[in-house]
Amino acid sequence: MEVSLYPGCSLHGLARAYNESIEAVSKTLGVELRELDDWTCCGSSSAHVTSDKLAVALAARNLGIADKVGMDLVVPCAACYQRLKTAEKHLKQGKPVEGLSIKYEGNFHIKPMPDFLWENVGEKALREQVKKPLKVLNPVCYYGCLTVRPPKVTDAKNPEDPQGMDNVLRSLGAKVRNWSFKTDCCGGNLALTRPDLHMKLAQRILDMAEEAGADCIAVACPMCHDNLDSKQKEISIEAGKSYNIPIFYFTELMGLAFNDPAVETWLGRHTVDPRPLLRQRELI
Amino acid sequence: MANQKTEEYPVIGLQGASCTGRSVSVLNSSFRKQVEEKSGEKVSACYQCEKCTNGCPVEFAMDIVPHKLIYCVQLGLRDEVLNSDTIWVCASCETCTTRCPNGIDIAHIMDSLRQISQSEGIKASQEQVPIFHNAFLSSVRRFGRVHEGEMAAIYTLRSSGLKGLMGMAGMGLDMFKKGKVKILPHRPNKQVKDIFRAAERKG
Ligand code: SF4
Ligand code: SF4
Repeated sequence: MEVSLYPGCSLHGLARAYNESIEAVSKTLGVELRELDDWTCCGSSSAHVTSDKLAVALAARNLGIADKVGMDLVVPCAACYQRLKTAEKHLKQGKPVEGLSIKYEGNFHIKPMPDFLWENVGEKALREQVKKPLKVLNPVCYYGCLTVRPPKVTDAKNPEDPQGMDNVLRSLGAKVRNWSFKTDCCGGNLALTRPDLHMKLAQRILDMAEEAGADCIAVACPMCHDNLDSKQKEISIEAGKSYNIPIFYFTELMGLAFNDPAVETWLGRHTVDPRPLLRQRELI
Repeated sequence: MANQKTEEYPVIGLQGASCTGRSVSVLNSSFRKQVEEKSGEKVSACYQCEKCTNGCPVEFAMDIVPHKLIYCVQLGLRDEVLNSDTIWVCASCETCTTRCPNGIDIAHIMDSLRQISQSEGIKASQEQVPIFHNAFLSSVRRFGRVHEGEMAAIYTLRSSGLKGLMGMAGMGLDMFKKGKVKILPHRPNKQVKDIFRAAERKG
């Protein structure tokens, strides 16, 4: 199976572990990810604050490239996904794009990474690759804000209780916990500008995961990952309570279940080291 | 504003917000119209159900909570709105937009208010927020893609000076060791530069 990939800026920097695990599990599953040629930044959360036209045009440029290829477009970042979907709606309404001449037919779907794996690759193919079922792991899935909101843009079927990542991890054998914070905001947008607010919001999510009986959190976005993983030491000091919850890219858990040899390299890039938990559960 | 017919009304339902406790001049709809035009959203459709505020993750840090902010726009309380913390601490999480029973895209209105406030040269109550977005976008403009390390360094330098930048160095080294820092930025992209120029011309 071949699809287009819009990686987004973080995949080559901050989220290298996500990038490497996506490449590894795709290979195992026989999925050829074709990175869009000469893609550029989607504008993320900064463009729409500054100018609506800029926000649409920066994202639309990439859809123009995907349109030429004509294959479905997979997006492994919540913010990128929402910005590309916003531009898609704009283009489908036939509205002009400022500063860019673009030909757009739109005969392809834009999909978040977990939905693509669940709906297009499918349960059977996933199960076939499982060498090490994750039965002893109890993750909660954190989707963040922008893969689901607002549904008029994202076309999320279940914006208050998405299921894609839950389904994928269940097919690996994991005992996925239910919780009500799947799509609550971590304040990632404010991580650099109001770290106090961001940490408060992240703490709520960590607390709720613990309350749900989870031993780790799975995410499908570089920003969600960094926002929950990188500040646990600071949050602990602030809260007077120790936080040490491993945050996995869900593709890392896939790699773990598929017995990929590179798993420990990916996990070595985290701030909260997930390896002690996995050793304790005899998964590595 | 001055030549408009105004009448004094007590602001019912605004107790507790910074734009409360005083009578306001209503029948000043020019600000509401400006916001509606810029955002394409129907501010006047809001009937103050408070659903937006109830789902907002940062309402505790706002001086005017979302439904009251919308009310302030309806009433034409321009200065209160454009100087508020609210428009800069809103995390753009889109929960309000998703839940509004009247289909008002409140998060988009927040964007429009930020844009109006910036274009009118109003000093942002949270100065560092527009500094961050500008640092981000200038990285995109120059390299086509964001270089996280460079962007964070420019933001820190502009918002907290050299001292702040030095304080960041330790964290940067840590991330470098974990392989989270890309060494070189991407190459400039002409189309991206054109997009920025067009947006500058047309706002
Ligand atoms: S949810 Fe909509 S209608 Fe209700 S108070 Fe907020 S903006 Fe007004
Ligand atoms: S988009 Fe802003 S105002 Fe709306 S719920 Fe999120 S943080 Fe609150």
